[in-house]
Amino acid sequence: MALPQAKQTATEERLATLSLPDAGCTRKAREAAIARVREMGLPGRRDEYWKYTRPDTLVSVEAPHAALFDGEEPDIFHDFDRLQIVFIDGVFSPEQSDDLTLEGVSIDRLEDICCKDIHWAKDLYGVLETRGQVPVQRPLAALNTAFASDGVAIRVTGKPSKPINLVYRHASEDSDAILHHIVRVESDAEVTILENGPAASRFNKCMEIDIADNGTLHHIRAQGRDHQRRAATHMFTRLGKESVYKSFTLTVNGVLTRNEQVVELTGDDAVAHVAGACVGDGDFHHDDTVFVTHDAVNCESRQVFKKVLRNGATGVFQGKILVKEGAQKTDGYQISQSLLLDDDSQFLAKPELEIYADDVACSHGSTSGAIDETALFYLRSRGVPVADATDMLTLAFLAEAVDEIENEALSEVIVERLQGWLSRRR
Amino acid sequence: MLEIKNLHVKLEEEEKEILKGVDLTVEAGKVHAIMGPNGSGKSTLSYVLSGRDGYEVTDGAATLDGEDLLEMEPEERAAAGIFLAFQYPVEIPGVGNMTFLRTAVNAQRKARGQEELSAADFLKLVREKAKSLKIDADMLKRPVNVGFSGGEKKRNEILQMAMLEPKMCILDETDSGLDVDAMKLVSEGVNALRDAGRGFLVITHYQRLLDHIKPDVVHIMADGRIVKSGGPELALEVENNGYADILAEVN
Repeated sequence: MALPQAKQTATEERLATLSLPDAGCTRKAREAAIARVREMGLPGRRDEYWKYTRPDTLVSVEAPHAALFDGEEPDIFHDFDRLQIVFIDGVFSPEQSDDLTLEGVSIDRLEDICCKDIHWAKDLYGVLETRGQVPVQRPLAALNTAFASDGVAIRVTGKPSKPINLVYRHASEDSDAILHHIVRVESDAEVTILENGPAASRFNKCMEIDIADNGTLHHIRAQGRDHQRRAATHMFTRLGKESVYKSFTLTVNGVLTRNEQVVELTGDDAVAHVAGACVGDGDFHHDDTVFVTHDAVNCESRQVFKKVLRNGATGVFQGKILVKEGAQKTDGYQISQSLLLDDDSQFLAKPELEIYADDVACSHGSTSGAIDETALFYLRSRGVPVADATDMLTLAFLAEAVDEIENEALSEVIVERLQGWLSRRR
Repeated sequence: MLEIKNLHVKLEEEEKEILKGVDLTVEAGKVHAIMGPNGSGKSTLSYVLSGRDGYEVTDGAATLDGEDLLEMEPEERAAAGIFLAFQYPVEIPGVGNMTFLRTAVNAQRKARGQEELSAADFLKLVREKAKSLKIDADMLKRPVNVGFSGGEKKRNEILQMAMLEPKMCILDETDSGLDVDAMKLVSEGVNALRDAGRGFLVITHYQRLLDHIKPDVVHIMADGRIVKSGGPELALEVENNGYADILAEVN
């Protein structure tokens, strides 16, 4: 079907400003991705999947200006022993990054995978993104596959002694970054990947994650603090037999964030948890769009998303569990909740279940509410000042999402960030 | 210590007057009990004294050691020494009981210009107090009142009271939902806190609780007023004859 004229024009205008990197072996995948973008067209305001989030500034030819955050706060994970891979405005920085050698894992820059002839990478680049285009189109991810200017290929073969930390620094107020990472976790391997930082004025990030049988990936992300930054991110994850994927995202400000998670459970007994906590104040729009497909027996999935909104902030959740025929004994859970701290903020939720197997347990719930006045009075009657009591209840509200982080030290730094946000907004 | 004079209270959103001129004085070191039929305003009195939203004081005064309670926020009343043991203690998922206790104790100390308790001192204190109320480590770790039985919730209230050491303790139907053993345990907890500097206002429907927590004065409340006051024998009279006789007599 031909695209509407306006959409086609917008898409061609955007494509005209981008050029294919000298990509060698990913060239074919990139050219195919351009064809997908042309076929789908970039997201527009009338697209159903973008009903609650305006994509204009994510697809526009020029990235909107975004002032840099002027706080002196250190990187959120600075206290952790980690292997840092630093990108500045979307460009890998060898000077700021650590040595990329670590036992149990091999890390290469995307542009190097061709000369090294790394087969697994070629078999993954753009592959999960392509799979993720059905049944819902994700044109920004295809655009990413086509034009990503940098990124890393991470292959995990053992159990590295420390987490791998992708650090995204923002240096130019007009930067427009497209990064694409691919991650392969081999059988019985286990790794923690951390991500943090605002990355750029506008950031389009795609990560394709393939977890082999019995592999485990922990992913913890803290999206940057810059108030005016924009981001569209996609995580495509495929899980093999008895594998585990646990992902948590913290979003503290940013004028526009769309985080898509596409999870496919393809091996029996696999477990996938995706969680997010976001706190937004004022001109803040945060969208979690999650699509979990159960295509194997006895798998477990959890989606836990919590948003605290105030001063006119908007939160969006579109979450789906698709249970394919034959995916018996599926255990699916989805909860999306917002805490609205005033009458000006809003939460828009679209929870969906689509089930084609008859022996499954799936539940979903979505709520919006204010601070529980009874609980607030209880705390105050014990002498806790109203502001502290409100903070305690706010953190308690977010706890179910934060509790998805298994590592206690990591969950503590997330809570500290949340406390910092709350105390700055007294 | 606690002085209530001609207190008139109505619901904020309705015209209905609930307290219609309550006069009551609780002296330090004394235990006063309030009994009365359902809907007489007993719980409202406890909420108004502790500062819950939703009520409007239309006349009268309530002071604690001369300080005007009605002008204070709930947390200020707590710091001044008011403590309400709730009839229905509130469940707060996501807030650990221990964190809650420590925050409350230190917030009150701070408000009174005292130094905050160190983690070690706090832990020592809470363990000691919890032990006498048969509250185990698990209960302290769990979120506030979440999944607690009726008895556990009430013991948790008394633990908070013991930790906060208020001047004026108001117990709102602390006996409701308790079996005999639990009532004994809770009463022992309360009795352990009785001293010359502390006043108690015990709201209850039943004389049973007053067997364990012996009152100095018993008040009968009806239709928003204290209609009769007397010694412990008044509670027995209610237990034997119900409220009808007393109400008929005062009307």
